[in-house]
Amino acid sequence: MTELVAYLISGIALGSSFALIGSGLVVVHRVTRVVNFAQGSVAIVGGMTSATLLNGLLPHGLGEIAAVVLCGVLGVLVGLLAIGRRGTPPLISLIVTLGASMLVSAAIIWLWGQDPVTPPGLEGSVTVLGAEVERQRLLVVAATGVAFAALTLFFSRSYLGKGLTASASNPFAARMVGIDVRKMGLLAFGLAGILGGLAGVLIAPSNPLSFYSDLPLVLSGFAAAVFGGLTSPLRTLFGGLGLGVAGQLTAGYLNGSYQTEMALLLMLVIMIIRSRALVQEEVK
Amino acid sequence: MLRIDDLVVRYGSAVAVDGISFEVGAGEMVALVGPNGAGKSTLINAISGLVAPHSGTVACEGRIAQVPEGRQMFADMSVEDNLLLGGWSIRNRDLGEVYDLLPDLAGMRKRKAGRLSGGQQQMVAVGRALMARPDLLAIDELSLGLAPLVVAELAEHLRFLNRERGTAVLLVEQEVTLAFDVCPRALVLEAGRIIAAGPSVELAQSETVRKAYFGDLAVAETMTGATAPATTEVSP
Repeated sequence: MTELVAYLISGIALGSSFALIGSGLVVVHRVTRVVNFAQGSVAIVGGMTSATLLNGLLPHGLGEIAAVVLCGVLGVLVGLLAIGRRGTPPLISLIVTLGASMLVSAAIIWLWGQDPVTPPGLEGSVTVLGAEVERQRLLVVAATGVAFAALTLFFSRSYLGKGLTASASNPFAARMVGIDVRKMGLLAFGLAGILGGLAGVLIAPSNPLSFYSDLPLVLSGFAAAVFGGLTSPLRTLFGGLGLGVAGQLTAGYLNGSYQTEMALLLMLVIMIIRSRALVQEEVK
Repeated sequence: MLRIDDLVVRYGSAVAVDGISFEVGAGEMVALVGPNGAGKSTLINAISGLVAPHSGTVACEGRIAQVPEGRQMFADMSVEDNLLLGGWSIRNRDLGEVYDLLPDLAGMRKRKAGRLSGGQQQMVAVGRALMARPDLLAIDELSLGLAPLVVAELAEHLRFLNRERGTAVLLVEQEVTLAFDVCPRALVLEAGRIIAAGPSVELAQSETVRKAYFGDLAVAETMTGATAPATTEVSP
């Protein structure tokens, strides 16, 4: 039982980062119809930048915030490459994000090398239902909860958030009322960068990151986003949590090396089950 | 207040608007009528800046807001959010004036726009355009898909807006009887060109207008109650 609780909590923590990355994919896709495959690389940059900044340059808190802000800027730059030119078809933009991901990976190797990097996180552990749980994992869960609450409030209460939702809902009508849909797309890329950066900053102290961590991260995030129909951040949260828990249970009770395969298998199953719903949503 | 000079709009090699010139005065109501494919919607989209002209100029002293063909709601958002977004360009978030002019909207402000009837959506579309505090309201197919009673109510709202606020109206309409009834002056478009212009009462008797709508068939009753042969779906 204690073991199960430990796996569940670490799964929820890992799944939270998938959900953050996935919700970034959703935010961009809703507005631009582009799947931003650079999202995983941006998360890695977040984790690695925080490691550098916390290594004597900035204190905890500031270092993490600076890393997340940098990822927001990086997200906008990826957006400029992907949708900066008016009329770029979403498929071309998707390929551009793949290229941007490779470019960012090359920059990661150049700046941080090929070895995994781990920034300092919250130290110590607490006992939850008899299981020893790292404080850092609880921080990940709490920060993800705050991030999703903020995201929900942003979209439902703020004028800018409503502008983003309107651009996603009906781009023609959005342009008609004076909303610059391209700028909204860039804002979505920036927001996705912030969410990806936050995921990287939160996950890196427990899961060392290197340049090749981007693929499993973006695939898991994409699986969570598909669970959310590429439209709903809330359903993406549940998808991410499910993936994280399934991965940790697989690692705990079966074999740790099957974690990614399990995520991919789940994504495949979800896509098959949800394909009809996705088509219906697209038609709407 | 609106001056169009030798406007040409092309889609590739196809010419949708072919050298059109006209003016709309402040507080004036002008109808733009013509059969399907005449270039009416393209012209109104060019006036609103949604379509880039190939040549010619659009000059307006004041703000233009458009009520688009098919309403174009933000379907999953509330009526209130739809209205608020209408004021995006001037950062207007004061709904009071629109609720005063269109009181029915206040009662449905929390409902999702996509779940409203066609007539209610058209009213939201008009309210959303009014949020931009326009000097000219460009309306594309007010009657499309709506029952006659609903259209009559909306037309009354337009007259009220024009009378009370002095808002100029450019009404693109296939339903020629409605257009001539609402607007004292009209322009008739065919194949991207203006083929007739003048007071609506005179155009209603014009042989040119009848030919534009019905070819060489003599359908005298057209202008005395019947409408152009538009195939529109009627909803409440």
